[in-house]
Amino acid sequence: MKFTLNWLKDHLDTDCSLNEICEGLVKLGHEVEEVVDPRQILFDFRIVEIKNAQPHPEADRLQICSVNDNGKLLKIVCGAPNARAGLKTVLAPVGAYVPGIDIVIKKGNIRGQESNGMLCAFSELGLDGDSDGIIELADDAPIGASYIEYAEMNDPVIEIAITPNRGDCLGVRGIARDLSAASLGRLKPLDTSLCEGVFDSPIHWELSKNVEAIVPRVTGRYFRNVSNKTSPEWMTRRLISVGQRPISALVDITNYIMIDLGRPLHAFDADKIVGNTLFIKFANAGDKILALNEKEYECTSEMLVIGDADGADDIAGIMGGERTGIRNETQNLFLEIAIFDPVSVAKTGRKLNIHSDARYRFERGLDGESPDLLSGYIARFVQSICGGEISKEVSVGGGVAWQRDIYFNPELTKQLTGVELVNLKQKQILNELGFSVEASRDDTWKVMPPAWRNDIDVQADLVEEIIRIAGYDKLPMVPLPSSSVIAQPSYSEEQLRPIYLRRMLAATGLNEAITFSFMAKSDAELFNGGDDALTLVNPISSELDCMRPSILPNLLNALSRNMNRGIKNVRLFEIGPVFHDPDETGQTLSCAGVLNGDYQLGDWQDKGRSVDVFDAKNLVEKICKTLSISSHSIQISTPGPAWFHPGQSGNVILGKEVIGTFGMVHPEILDAFDIKGPVAAFDCNINAIPLPRRKNVSRALLKLSSFQPVERDFAFVLDVHVSAAKLLRAVRAAAKDRMSNISIFDVYEGAEIEPGKKSIAVKIQLTPGEATFTEAEIQKISADIISSVKKQCAGILRA
Amino acid sequence: MEEISAIFSDMGFVIAEGPEIETDENNFTALNIPPEHPARQEHDTFYLKPNKSGIRPVLRTHTSPVQIRTMRSTKPPIRIIVPGRTYRSDHDATHSPMFHQCEGLVIGPEIHMGHLKATLINFCRSFFGVDELPVRFRPSYFPFTEPSAEVDIGCSRDGGGLKIGAGDGWLEILGSGMVNPRVLENCGYDSTTTQGFAFGMGIERLAMLKYGIPDLRTFYETDLRWLHHYGFMPYDVAGLHTGIV
Repeated sequence: MKFTLNWLKDHLDTDCSLNEICEGLVKLGHEVEEVVDPRQILFDFRIVEIKNAQPHPEADRLQICSVNDNGKLLKIVCGAPNARAGLKTVLAPVGAYVPGIDIVIKKGNIRGQESNGMLCAFSELGLDGDSDGIIELADDAPIGASYIEYAEMNDPVIEIAITPNRGDCLGVRGIARDLSAASLGRLKPLDTSLCEGVFDSPIHWELSKNVEAIVPRVTGRYFRNVSNKTSPEWMTRRLISVGQRPISALVDITNYIMIDLGRPLHAFDADKIVGNTLFIKFANAGDKILALNEKEYECTSEMLVIGDADGADDIAGIMGGERTGIRNETQNLFLEIAIFDPVSVAKTGRKLNIHSDARYRFERGLDGESPDLLSGYIARFVQSICGGEISKEVSVGGGVAWQRDIYFNPELTKQLTGVELVNLKQKQILNELGFSVEASRDDTWKVMPPAWRNDIDVQADLVEEIIRIAGYDKLPMVPLPSSSVIAQPSYSEEQLRPIYLRRMLAATGLNEAITFSFMAKSDAELFNGGDDALTLVNPISSELDCMRPSILPNLLNALSRNMNRGIKNVRLFEIGPVFHDPDETGQTLSCAGVLNGDYQLGDWQDKGRSVDVFDAKNLVEKICKTLSISSHSIQISTPGPAWFHPGQSGNVILGKEVIGTFGMVHPEILDAFDIKGPVAAFDCNINAIPLPRRKNVSRALLKLSSFQPVERDFAFVLDVHVSAAKLLRAVRAAAKDRMSNISIFDVYEGAEIEPGKKSIAVKIQLTPGEATFTEAEIQKISADIISSVKKQCAGILRA
Repeated sequence: MEEISAIFSDMGFVIAEGPEIETDENNFTALNIPPEHPARQEHDTFYLKPNKSGIRPVLRTHTSPVQIRTMRSTKPPIRIIVPGRTYRSDHDATHSPMFHQCEGLVIGPEIHMGHLKATLINFCRSFFGVDELPVRFRPSYFPFTEPSAEVDIGCSRDGGGLKIGAGDGWLEILGSGMVNPRVLENCGYDSTTTQGFAFGMGIERLAMLKYGIPDLRTFYETDLRWLHHYGFMPYDVAGLHTGIV
């Protein structure tokens, strides 16, 4: 909402400075977005006269002007074609900031000629106007005067943000009323006396029965023999200042009243209305209206319209129609002042996608009394500018039921805000804001909000009004009471898991990415997603139209982008949501990562190597370990999902559930993401990994052996399909708690081994208990291991 | 996000989370934003296809639905913060279709705006690490709070740069207020005996201000050079005892 300081002063009698007013507005909840004070920017720009103009010896288009600057002669080089002797124009003196071209004027030398300032065009001052040359002023313009004072363009423009509940402040008068309640001035009276009218309006309203509920009140008047000339200068100047384009007096008046009083009006050219009746009704489905914005809209049967014998030509509260609209030639005017149901206006506006100033105000709610209360004032205003004769008022609708009582206990103010305000002060504030306050039973008041405050209906609303005027700076600072003596963890164990994983993966050398939760449907489809139910109806682009089934496509895209920027060895992970169906159970937490290039960089000590499937597997195991899942309890099944290389991928299984997948990304998928070279990836479903059982703080007694551990190596020949994990399980089962460590130190296939077989060599460490092992004990354990491997894996000890 | 959580942890808040595909009810109606409310236009909402019962799920436009879920499932007192992903269909240097919010909710006996003021002023000062940071509360409007307040911090814009805590400018960083009695009733509370406050902030915006990051969109581009420049060390832990990074 934009207005000027002088415009505000039409309604507010105040001695406050511009600054005080702006601060007051902010304190009242009207955020000041911008203040443009031409006095600050343009005050130095003064009126000068060109005494003579000579061609520049070195440049065809330049002239050297000798300028009378309040009695002093200045030499100025000027490129404007209209610079000529005798012309009065505007000077930007040396040192002035010129807003239109964003430079500060310096004493200059232009092609060998000294220049002491600049003669300005409108555009250079940041003003509208003919800018083909420098400004041309009338001959009687006073030399030396400030140009903006002379041109009366010195009125500061204030732009404030009006919150959606304050429809009443979408007019200058409403803002003045709020400021006056905060003692920043006194609201000037408005002449709302009746206007009788001198003849009967030839046009009448007809309100359909079925729209009565959404059309509480409409008044109208006929104005005969008006002259629709150009608006007076003061009005056009104000309209331009606040960003409205002046059109013709009648149109400008409707815009002016809308901004001045927050009261949208609609003006019909009475001669274009067919018949004597304006119908207010629901549109017939398919009715077409060519609106004033020159677009055609097709109505549905729940839209409220106004029309004549020829059909609908006004979308009520939103935009009028071209056919009955005001033209420059209009001689007879029919002016509508209406209240329509805000919800109905909002629905229609949204459906037709029309954003108009009128809609904005109608859907935020208007002063319920305004069609009657302002009718006289507006009629006189029209007449004062366009002349003509005013008809008697014609109206329909039973009136707006804006009166309501709120029972209010003033104690609530302290209870909700912590601010102690005496009852008298609270009552005074409410009265200043136009609320009537009556004592009711006990300590409760009966409060009636004014007609313009349709946002107020519960006690908390009144508390806000009181504290808003009293000032938020009165709020005390009270620390929250301590909630518990024992410190409560802020994070649940489940919420801590992503934090642990983030630290672990980052410390391992991966970088955390955060990518969008949506992706291109085509990418989602490659990863088992792209379900219709998870597709956005109104995506921001087709690249971001589908909720992601996996984080991997986003990471692959990120990897590809980084590779295109010449970054090698990309390692990314992300912990975030993935979506399987739109229900709340359909969202799970995933931890995924991608790696490419060299896992180890080659240097003078090591050769280095590329990432491989085991790097991905290793990271999944680390993830499990971080979440207290030991690598013994997980099993691997192969191959992994289709987006992985079938021979170099796997699923990680805990119990019966797949908790993660890993592998080298399938070459066809890499092609789809335009990635060259192999990529290892992993993807874990954190929600599928159970939380560790409630930990007992005290632990089992730890017995440590004081005797030397013993190491033994075994090599087994197995079928190539038997997994190493299976072998380890068999060994572990036999050695039981004697074994303190086990590792694989060799895997071999080839000569000396039968085809279809492989050899796996393991080293085990045995720790004795009460006494050192005897040879017999060790023999016994070895024999148990060999027979267990034979039984469970059909493996034999390699000779 | 961890920094913000750490400051509120110290004040006894616990973390609450919820789904990102939400019902219209939880995202709007229960929060006192009925279908034709003008405030809905300010939320450029992403919708999914209507389900079998004809209801369009939405991508949550704020983390407030988690407040609703918490109030509906928990008896007071409540002291939560809700960090998480949120979505609005907007894309430019200061808007991203996905961004993060952190909201807070305190419900308890006699919790009033004075507590709100102390909590948020202390938060702002700890987060920006400026003891005497000027903080201003001014009236505003949110459908889900009454009275409502926006919180500005002092800053200077001299010389093209932005300096937090100095100068005579103000920068809006938070929205807040006392929970609207209608919202309390919608969650099954008796609004005559229950009260509390709520607040919300954009995490990227706070990070941009604190770390001097000029463009919001770069948060989601995953450019490793950006990550290295603006990122943190893995064991930078935000906390009362370790300091807020």
